[in-house]
Amino acid sequence: MVIGQIENGIVLDHITAGRGREIYDILELDRLDCMVALIKNADSVKMGKKDIIKVNEVVDLDLDVIGYLDPGITVNVIRDGKLAKRTRLALPRRVCGVIRCRNPRCITSVEQELEHVFRLSDSEEGVYRCIYCDTRAERGAE
Amino acid sequence: MKHLIDILDLSVEEVERLLELAGRIQDAPADYAERCRRKKLATLFFEPSTRTRLSFEAAMYELGGNVLGFSEAQSSSAAKGESVSDTVRTVGCYADIIAMRHPKEGAPLVASLRSPVPVINAGDGGHNHPTQTLTDLMTIRRELGGFSGLTVGLCGDLKFGRTVHSLLAALSRYPGVRFVLISPEELRLPEYNKKALEASGADWRETESLEEAMPELDVLYMTRVQRERFFNEADYLRLRDSYILTPEKLGAARADMRVLHPLPRVNEISVAVDDDPRAAYFRQVRNGKFVRMALILTLLGLGD
Repeated sequence: MVIGQIENGIVLDHITAGRGREIYDILELDRLDCMVALIKNADSVKMGKKDIIKVNEVVDLDLDVIGYLDPGITVNVIRDGKLAKRTRLALPRRVCGVIRCRNPRCITSVEQELEHVFRLSDSEEGVYRCIYCDTRAERGAE
Repeated sequence: MKHLIDILDLSVEEVERLLELAGRIQDAPADYAERCRRKKLATLFFEPSTRTRLSFEAAMYELGGNVLGFSEAQSSSAAKGESVSDTVRTVGCYADIIAMRHPKEGAPLVASLRSPVPVINAGDGGHNHPTQTLTDLMTIRRELGGFSGLTVGLCGDLKFGRTVHSLLAALSRYPGVRFVLISPEELRLPEYNKKALEASGADWRETESLEEAMPELDVLYMTRVQRERFFNEADYLRLRDSYILTPEKLGAARADMRVLHPLPRVNEISVAVDDDPRAAYFRQVRNGKFVRMALILTLLGLGD
């Protein structure tokens, strides 16, 4: 199967196989008017299998969110058919509005309009904690 | 420093400056009796806590200031569903500084993000209570001259005790402090806190025996072992007496050791210990007022 090269756009490479659809949904790529390709289970020397997303336009993406969900992703920006920028993601220091705090004693449990914000508290283990109550996040978006 | 929400918001130097100011106030209270004239402290207590509220109010009155506020959520607009942010934005139009106690964890942080005036966390559920930690630090410093090189025993409920977790975090920033964690297996310090101790480089060990640890301690920080923390009554009854401080157990302690307790106590320290010069817990209550005076002055920019 061949998906064509893009002239100007973004390629999210090295997505953990099976997580492509989740990343697509979180980034709300369905809202874009341009061409978007989601490739599942592509062969990868490094990973065995991987998912890839190609967006046929250079758009603003929330890299913090992707970094939290799947920190191994590589973001390639393509301009005029050439690789203009490659970013290897790292765990973001803060994640806003992605993880929900499940602690019933947290202020976010009663004040519905408060944004749920988590901070990276242990970069080795990838542990995030609620900035309000310090409760540990369970991995993945909720 | 604009607000105080978590004890770790303060650097070691800021803690030191606060404790020094609190000491100067204690030594010469008349010099500070008019410092907060025409200033108002709002005590927003969304859940009752008589002793903390009285300590804040006494602190503000002794600085010559005034106090307004409420002592339970039912008598506030929170009962009508107002958000914490709206409450502090309103109160910030009347008061110069706010002390907030709230049953929900993180409420004072939310308040600080929107408040036009400084916010002090006076306790948010089982989470943080930084002015208690400042009180504990002031007491140790006042009684023993400093922190470095001390062996500090923490006894009782180390699993749920927020005062223990904050004190450990604050003390582990000083060089050479050793910790002896004395608790039943069921109430040991959580792994998360142990990991933080490890990262700080502090030396620590665990034991189930208060008697065994006693001779090596410079400070014994007692907490309550509560019945509701145990799965069954038999375990509670078996362990309860092991963690009650009596004059007999104190007999094995050093002459210059100090006993602290965040209070209120129920039965974990026998009243027969109260008159021992090593019992520092009522002096600790007094220190709480001075350290809150120092904090109010500092946050209002009226310190020395």
